[in-house]
Amino acid sequence: MSTRAKLVFGWSLVGIPLAYGVYETLVKASSLFTG
Amino acid sequence: MASLLDRERTVAGPGFSRWLIPPAALAVHLSIGQVYATSVYKTALVKHFDTSLTAIGVIFSIAIVMLGLSAAVGGTWVDRNGPRKAMFVSACCWSAGFLVAALGIKTTQLWLVYLGYGVIGGIGLGIGYISPVSTLIKWFPDRPGLATGMAIMGFGGGALIASPLSTQLLSWYDSGYNPSDPKSVASGSAVAMLFVTLAVIYFVVMMYGAFTVRVPPEGWRPEGFDPATLKAKPLVTTANVSAANAIRTPSFWLLWTVLACNVTAGIGILEQASPMIQDFFRDDGGSSSVTVAVAGGFVGLLSMANMAGRFGWSATSDVVGRKPIYMLYLGGGIVCYTLLALAGSTSTAIFVLLAAVILSFYGGGFATVPAYLRDLFGTFQVGAIHGRLLTAWSVAGVAGPLIVNRFLDAQGKPGTLTAEAYRPALLTMVGLLAVGFVANLLIRPVSSEHHEPAADQAQPAEAERTS
Repeated sequence: MSTRAKLVFGWSLVGIPLAYGVYETLVKASSLFTG
Repeated sequence: MASLLDRERTVAGPGFSRWLIPPAALAVHLSIGQVYATSVYKTALVKHFDTSLTAIGVIFSIAIVMLGLSAAVGGTWVDRNGPRKAMFVSACCWSAGFLVAALGIKTTQLWLVYLGYGVIGGIGLGIGYISPVSTLIKWFPDRPGLATGMAIMGFGGGALIASPLSTQLLSWYDSGYNPSDPKSVASGSAVAMLFVTLAVIYFVVMMYGAFTVRVPPEGWRPEGFDPATLKAKPLVTTANVSAANAIRTPSFWLLWTVLACNVTAGIGILEQASPMIQDFFRDDGGSSSVTVAVAGGFVGLLSMANMAGRFGWSATSDVVGRKPIYMLYLGGGIVCYTLLALAGSTSTAIFVLLAAVILSFYGGGFATVPAYLRDLFGTFQVGAIHGRLLTAWSVAGVAGPLIVNRFLDAQGKPGTLTAEAYRPALLTMVGLLAVGFVANLLIRPVSSEHHEPAADQAQPAEAERTS
């Protein structure tokens, strides 16, 4: 596996779940502004 | 198998990119950050074991105490054996902790949950927390704050992932459980299944970290980086201090005080966030204008501020310096806490803004401390020194909630409190932050009598120039 492929795989492995967590939290936090 | 884990087998080869290290570190920190998502199944465990909230809360407390102890005791071992072995041990303990706890839930033996998640999992937490820190600092001597900020941000981010994921899994394992109904509680066997699932997921993800992480070859440095530039910065040393010597210096204990005060102040808000925002906007009739759902959104926003502060402030410390950034965390915290105590109830926007800034300083304080230690004590045993410093976290984890709860208990019963009831606790936090502020001002470079004998000057490795 090339270094570029390793970088894409590694950052996706941690980035995608983190993006999911941030999205879910922002949806929850939006109730602060919508009541 | 053992040799694969040895430090000697993890030295990076030619062409290795140092940008593979942050995802390896994040894989570990995002996994162990689950410890802050225990509220998802807390009520289910209370019902399953037919016990009190306090008895279930003890699981989390044991885990955090074990985190501090194992980081302090195991820090030197981690530095000696390298990040791969440490991450491997952490993954085994963290996953085994979930499995033993699942067995405890299935057999209705609460002590097994204490032993599993609390003790065994807690050891995994402590070893995992410090495992990538010294490696990141060695790979990023030019940007240590950014590097450790990225990893320690993962510890905050882990709960953001685990919380919705666990809720989803619980609803799959228990068809009668409805997450959108606040009165609905998942069954004990669903929580046991959740623990088994998390054990498998976290083991796989942490193994990615363990087998990706590498240490730089002796003398490696990034292209264009001149260690001499460090000497030009105040409070930054190019010498090395052992962990045994570090704890004999005033600077270590001053920094310990800084961390303890900053964390105590942050935990005070974090632990009480949901009822606090409701109490601040309670009218004379006793009802709050802030609903439970909105309070939940507030907790989510604080988690985001905490995570963003870990990365943003720590990366900024590489530019402005470690002492000035802690002056901001502590001095800014004093201003925000005072405003919160005196004017927090004037509008929800002001309240939310002040609390978010305080939590960003709390996260920043955690994430910047490894780089501060590197500046003061060098890279030699920075992991072990960091482990010893984390005992401040254990102390703050007990002191923060204790201070707030003691003051609130004296003011009235939960559900009847108002903004005035929080004033003594918040002003106590102002005093604590002032102590931390002075401690930070008193930090001085470590005397040369504590330095290790000078080694050969590092030479850049030919094949290892990556940036």
